[in-house]
Amino acid sequence: MGNITLKQVTKHFGETVVIPPLDLSIEDGEFVVFVGPSGCGKSTLLRLIAGLEDVTSGLVEIDGADATTLPPAKRKLAMVFQSYALYPHMSVRKNIAFPLKMADMDPAEITRKVEGAASVLNLTDYMERRPGQLSGGQRQRVAIGRAIVREPEAFLFDEPLSNLDAALRVNMRLEITELHQSLKTTMIYVTHDQVEAMTMADKIVVLQAGNIEQVGSPMELYHKPANVFVGGFIGSPKMNIITGPEAEKLGSHTIGIRPEHTMVSKEQGTWKGKVGVSEHLGSDTFLRVHVEGMDLFTVRAEGDVDLHHGDEVYLTPVMDRLHRFDKDGLAVR
Amino acid sequence: MARAVTNQRKLVVTVIAWSIGIAIFFPILWTFLTSFKTEAEAIASPPSFLFFEWTTENYTEVQSRSNYPLHFMNSVIISLGSTVLGLLIAIPAAWSMAFVPGKRTKDVLMWMLSTKMLPPVGVLIPIYLIFRDTGLLDTRTALVIVLTLINLPIIVWMLYTYFKEIPGEILEAARMDGATLWSEVIYVLTPMAVPGIASTLLLNVILAWNEAFWTLNLTAAKAAPLTAFIASYSSPEGLFYAKLSAASTMAIAPIVILGWFSQKQLVRGLTFGAVK
Amino acid sequence: MATAHSKTAARFMISPAVVLLLAWMIVPLAMTIYFSFLRYSLMSPGEETFAGWDNYRYFLTDPAFFSAFTNTIVLVVGVLLITVVLGIALANLLDQPMWGQGIVRILVIAPFFVMPTVSALVWKNMFMDPVNGLFAHAAKALGLQPFEFLTHAPLASIIMIVSWQWLPFATLILLTAMQSLDQEQLEAAEMDGASWWRRFFYIVLPHLSRAITVVVLIQTIFLLSVFAEILVTTNGGPGTASTNITYLVYAQSLLQFDVGGGSAGGIVAVILANIVAIFLMRMIGKNLEA
Ligand SMILES: Nc1ncnc2c1ncn2[C@@H]1O[C@H](COP(=O)(O)OP(=O)(O)OP(=O)(O)O)[C@@H](O)[C@H]1O
Ligand SMILES: [Mg+2]
Repeated sequence: MGNITLKQVTKHFGETVVIPPLDLSIEDGEFVVFVGPSGCGKSTLLRLIAGLEDVTSGLVEIDGADATTLPPAKRKLAMVFQSYALYPHMSVRKNIAFPLKMADMDPAEITRKVEGAASVLNLTDYMERRPGQLSGGQRQRVAIGRAIVREPEAFLFDEPLSNLDAALRVNMRLEITELHQSLKTTMIYVTHDQVEAMTMADKIVVLQAGNIEQVGSPMELYHKPANVFVGGFIGSPKMNIITGPEAEKLGSHTIGIRPEHTMVSKEQGTWKGKVGVSEHLGSDTFLRVHVEGMDLFTVRAEGDVDLHHGDEVYLTPVMDRLHRFDKDGLAVR
Repeated sequence: MARAVTNQRKLVVTVIAWSIGIAIFFPILWTFLTSFKTEAEAIASPPSFLFFEWTTENYTEVQSRSNYPLHFMNSVIISLGSTVLGLLIAIPAAWSMAFVPGKRTKDVLMWMLSTKMLPPVGVLIPIYLIFRDTGLLDTRTALVIVLTLINLPIIVWMLYTYFKEIPGEILEAARMDGATLWSEVIYVLTPMAVPGIASTLLLNVILAWNEAFWTLNLTAAKAAPLTAFIASYSSPEGLFYAKLSAASTMAIAPIVILGWFSQKQLVRGLTFGAVK
Repeated sequence: MATAHSKTAARFMISPAVVLLLAWMIVPLAMTIYFSFLRYSLMSPGEETFAGWDNYRYFLTDPAFFSAFTNTIVLVVGVLLITVVLGIALANLLDQPMWGQGIVRILVIAPFFVMPTVSALVWKNMFMDPVNGLFAHAAKALGLQPFEFLTHAPLASIIMIVSWQWLPFATLILLTAMQSLDQEQLEAAEMDGASWWRRFFYIVLPHLSRAITVVVLIQTIFLLSVFAEILVTTNGGPGTASTNITYLVYAQSLLQFDVGGGSAGGIVAVILANIVAIFLMRMIGKNLEA
């Protein structure tokens, strides 16, 4: 069982409050992603769960039992670090076997488990190498291997893919998702890449300055952002945020319109503007349009639309896809 | 520069560099050569470089006449003893400063460094008198104590810079993997720290071997290491160049050889990590 | 990392080092200060009397102090100039592609590992001796009068010997710094049309500035305390021509048995060294943050 509950957890580093009182519950088998801008406290939260930092106040429960003061080793959690944190002086085999050896497991059993993990992760050919002789992706796999042999209650990942190149990231993303589907173990995954968050998560936790802004499935966050921050953070390219007279006309203090929910026409529409930069990706075209009285407005158009720098365009928001926020930035439903 | 360098240019550089290198090394080479000459040949004019009658009698002479083995052993015991003692004190200190830094860690480090800047003459008299009154003057113990203390800041600093490079995440990973404090030390920390400790040891043996203020002032005969023994050649009797050379060669050879292995660590140790 | 009990353990692990160094610094220094206010001779122990500032007055007004002070400065500055300038040149040279670079490096670095008494005696006898030294042989071969280095230019000779010992240190550190210079920066400058000379002045030298500062400061600490080289070559003479402050204090206390005067001199040396130390600490402290 791998459910984890945080109750009124806070963390201070000296004077600075990194995590104000926070509640969160994670169900067994869930894939939970923490997202948020840099420095918002994602790693800190993960390390509080891991037991690598002491909470300043509040409770951490694992499996329904109080684990607040339990040392990391006793929490039955495994962690994959951003830097991989492989032991440089040990071979791949020894790295993967290390947690089992620490648990005084029978050597034959260790060998069996290590071989098993190695074959799942395609590491069989590299078992005698040292971490220094491996590529980034292979190191990543060793780090994951070291985590899975322990059969933990939950996996903790701290930005595990941020040191990899783009193509490898996509691959590893799929591998981790597959791993989750086959192991069905709770996973908590920290990232600031919202594509990773959207594609991998059962549940996303959006953090800002240590506060939980919203918790929900990827689609909930996309369709019903609780506030302007979540609206702007989830979705790519970013949601357009409109304030002032134009927003008043649509009946709200602040209006959010996603680029994909705006129609573009050369003849007519609600707002008239001029194309600034146009990015032709083939499948889509993203236009940055200068509209009077607004910030730069991003819209998505068809891949083969014939619009370029300096062209005049008309934009029309899809009315039932508008997001309305009050002056505190909270969603109006 | 990632560009083909013309061989001609490379040749010119090679010739100049080798000439300068040999010139700088020459006094050592000359000492080495002279140690194999007879005393008469050692002062012959014009001097001969290689075409003299090679003899090892200076070495046997130095060994037998002047209790050379005693002084050599003194050097070994004093430099190794003070370094090992220093390491025993410094390892826990550097360790905790690197891995559990507190608000004051930086101040403590800087303060330790500042003790190194105390000029030895500032404390020569009290140290001399303390050792005189405790009967430790001219003992190896006295020198081990003094050299441990004067090199302690360097040892702490070197170890600190090495330990600092061991990523904290690895220790956390070990903790997550269920390692107890003890197995963390045995399986993870020690193997990663050994190279740093070894280089620190090396550099400090060299520094202690060559230390020549305290060794000259606190020893007379019994405990004199090679630095002090060699100094006795400054008021010689009779012909002594070849013997001086033989004694010098034996005194510097072990350390020059060790030193060649420690070039990298030397930079780091003596600049307190400021240049790497 | 940050758990309460590991912090307590950490404080405990530092304390032996701190306590020992504290004792090493405070006890003898306090004694030196105390002695410096006494009339105290090793020849007549037990007859110490309070002397007020007399020891300082005598020490500072002694003409030997003035000459030791200038000699110390000349020695430090002279060695620094020679080692830094030649060190930069050598580091530049050794950074070029060549055959046998490793061996040349070894040759250049070797003098640093020679103990001070050996290098001083080897230079004094086998090179600078006016009768049997190599320089004398060379002079005679050229039909010149051999020069009596240690009699007629004692301080310059010592500067030479000490420079030979420290040049490897400067070279090695500057070379290490040189090798960390981003080659692309130099290539960019070359693309911008900067000549070799300008690249050296505007890119290489600024890049080396930190290493140069470190070399200057660290050598200064050691050079202020040059002792063995003087002891075995000139004994500070002729007269006080090659006496530095370290040697003067030694002579006063252990040769003339004047503990009070020697102590006052020791304190003066400490104050002078501290002035240098303050700069060094600032410098290293800054690097600690970076
Ligand atoms: N040991 C510490 N002492 C003091 N402040 C800290 C410490 N560790 C983290 N912080 C502060 O806590 C805040 C949250 O840090 P954290 O590492 O959790 O951010 P993050 O969301 O993981 O950021 P990133 O995406 O850049 O990794 C930051 O403002 C950071 O400066
Ligand atoms: Mg982080």
